[in-house]
Amino acid sequence: MVLVKIKLQEAGVAGQSGSPSRGRTRSGVDSQPEPSLVRKFLLSRGSSAFADRTFRGLMLLCAFSIFGIVALIATELVLRSQMSINKFGMAFFFRQIWDPVSGDFGALPFIYGTLASSFLALLIAVPLAIGLAIFLTEMCPRFLRSPLAFITELLAAIPSVVYGLWAIFVLVPILREHVNPVLAKTLGWTGLFSGPNFGIGMLAAGVILAIMILPIISSLTREVMTSVPHTQREAVLALGATRWEMIRMGVLRNARIGIVGSIILGLGRALGETMAVTMVIGNRPEIAKSLFAPGYSMAAVIASEFTEASDDLYLSALMEIGLALFIVTIVVNALARLLVWAVTRGTPARIN
Amino acid sequence: MGVGIQVTDLNAWYGANHALLGINMNIPANHVTALIGPSGCGKSTFVRCLNRMHETNATARVSGEVRIGDVDIYAEASPVEIRRRVGMVFQRPNPFPTMSIYDNVASGLRLNGFRNKGVLDEVVERSLQSSALWDEVKDDLHKKSGASLSGGQQQRLCIARALAVDPEVLLMDEPASALDPVSTAKIEDLIFQLKSQYTIVIVTHNMQQAARVAETTGFFLMGKLVEFDSTHKIFTNPTDKRTEDYITGRFG
Ligand SMILES: Nc1ncnc2c1ncn2[C@@H]1O[C@H](COP(=O)(O)OP(=O)(O)OP(=O)(O)O)[C@@H](O)[C@H]1O
Ligand SMILES: [Mg+2]
Repeated sequence: MVLVKIKLQEAGVAGQSGSPSRGRTRSGVDSQPEPSLVRKFLLSRGSSAFADRTFRGLMLLCAFSIFGIVALIATELVLRSQMSINKFGMAFFFRQIWDPVSGDFGALPFIYGTLASSFLALLIAVPLAIGLAIFLTEMCPRFLRSPLAFITELLAAIPSVVYGLWAIFVLVPILREHVNPVLAKTLGWTGLFSGPNFGIGMLAAGVILAIMILPIISSLTREVMTSVPHTQREAVLALGATRWEMIRMGVLRNARIGIVGSIILGLGRALGETMAVTMVIGNRPEIAKSLFAPGYSMAAVIASEFTEASDDLYLSALMEIGLALFIVTIVVNALARLLVWAVTRGTPARIN
Repeated sequence: MGVGIQVTDLNAWYGANHALLGINMNIPANHVTALIGPSGCGKSTFVRCLNRMHETNATARVSGEVRIGDVDIYAEASPVEIRRRVGMVFQRPNPFPTMSIYDNVASGLRLNGFRNKGVLDEVVERSLQSSALWDEVKDDLHKKSGASLSGGQQQRLCIARALAVDPEVLLMDEPASALDPVSTAKIEDLIFQLKSQYTIVIVTHNMQQAARVAETTGFFLMGKLVEFDSTHKIFTNPTDKRTEDYITGRFG
């Protein structure tokens, strides 16, 4: 049936999609001498409405499969964590306890650990990444540009377990011996850098995450900065701008939406990163003010305790941690989108 | 107040392409000087050498001397301080799309740290009035972005932006090539009014325009300055045969 319809349409026989314009063309053809070869060929192609509709349907299917996958994951997570949800209710997300022996569970230390390590990573990585992107697009000598860009992108391809190993054997000792003592001495009074210094802990996790998300943020930022038209840079320069003023007003300002987007992508990676964090965060489910103290993250607890979860409640609680991670990721992303929207809506914001 | 420009033996290159060959020119202060010539002859390159924009091109090189007032701009000044004195309007309008109309005009002053709100308001209004855009945009100064205007309006916005910093020299590279006849006439009026205060160098493909606004005209051909004289002389009795051919439309 469908096939017949296609044939009819291709032959240029007006079906229900036959447009008035086609009718006119046909009658024009009747009253005129022979149409040209090209015209005949084009007329024989019909309205192509079927092709367009099929294409749209296929793309719609692709788009909706995303919803399907997300819904599937969400329901699965909820179903599997039923036991823990029933036992602890909403309080699960706000409890600070994690005691598998007596079967008492709460997710707060993990939520805190994930958020704290991720934001710490952004704090370190974003200025570095933007600085790197500025250097690469605006001031780097030509011969250095592609090697540097290549190396940054290479960083993104290293498996995270390798980062973890490197962190344990190189980063953690450096933090313990050289960085942490200085931080404790100069900024110890804030309470963020005090207490016993093991090297591993929240700070180590934040630093390794920062190194891991740096290449994503910087290469995407570089991409959007390169796409800012040269005329914008010239416009600012012609007003008597210094190099930095030109970059701020002519480049960063125009690229800001893309830059925020790249930061969101980096944040997404930091939130879900498992292996490297598990290896250096210290794996202790506590919330401490000091960044030297060990912590735990949602992804890390799932990865390291899933195999030893002996009873159903324990397993169910881990599943609910997964659900929490899912929700946190969605909320953080939504907030980030909101931020983009707020920055770009209506009248453009003033400079400075 | 405008200042004169002395160009001595100026050469400019793009990579191996020798785009300007030994230009000598004495641009009078508080006058309009028009530069004409066929496409690709180096007019844009020449004006870009007058505010050191040429060197922002990665392959570009320049030699020779350009004096603006009594400053040798290549030997005695930084590009930044030169560009603060020499305003420029580009061939294609390039407003800042992320800024409102007001912020576009104020950008030059803000950039240089000027913060006085009252004076800024005044300067923005005066500049937009000078560029004949005020009436069209006065109601959405803060509402509309620079990119939401039509092409011709964008160009007048760019002129306002250049005027707002009160430059001593104003370089205009075919400022009216994107404008309709009415806006073009407005711009020409504006140039006429401005010339008592500024030294204006304007590149144009429109000979009537050169004849209307400029006291002095220079004719470029293949990277060389063929003739530089009073506009009247260039258009009625040129010395060089090639100038005459171009003026009378026999080539180019
Ligand atoms: N960005 C560039 N890179 C390399 N060569 C360039 C560049 N801009 C201009 N040129 C070359 O320099 C020469 C002079 O160009 P210029 O832009 O000064 O001409 P013009 O007189 O302004 O032409 P038009 O009237 O078309 O604007 C031309 O040969 C051109 O190919
Ligand atoms: Mg040009």
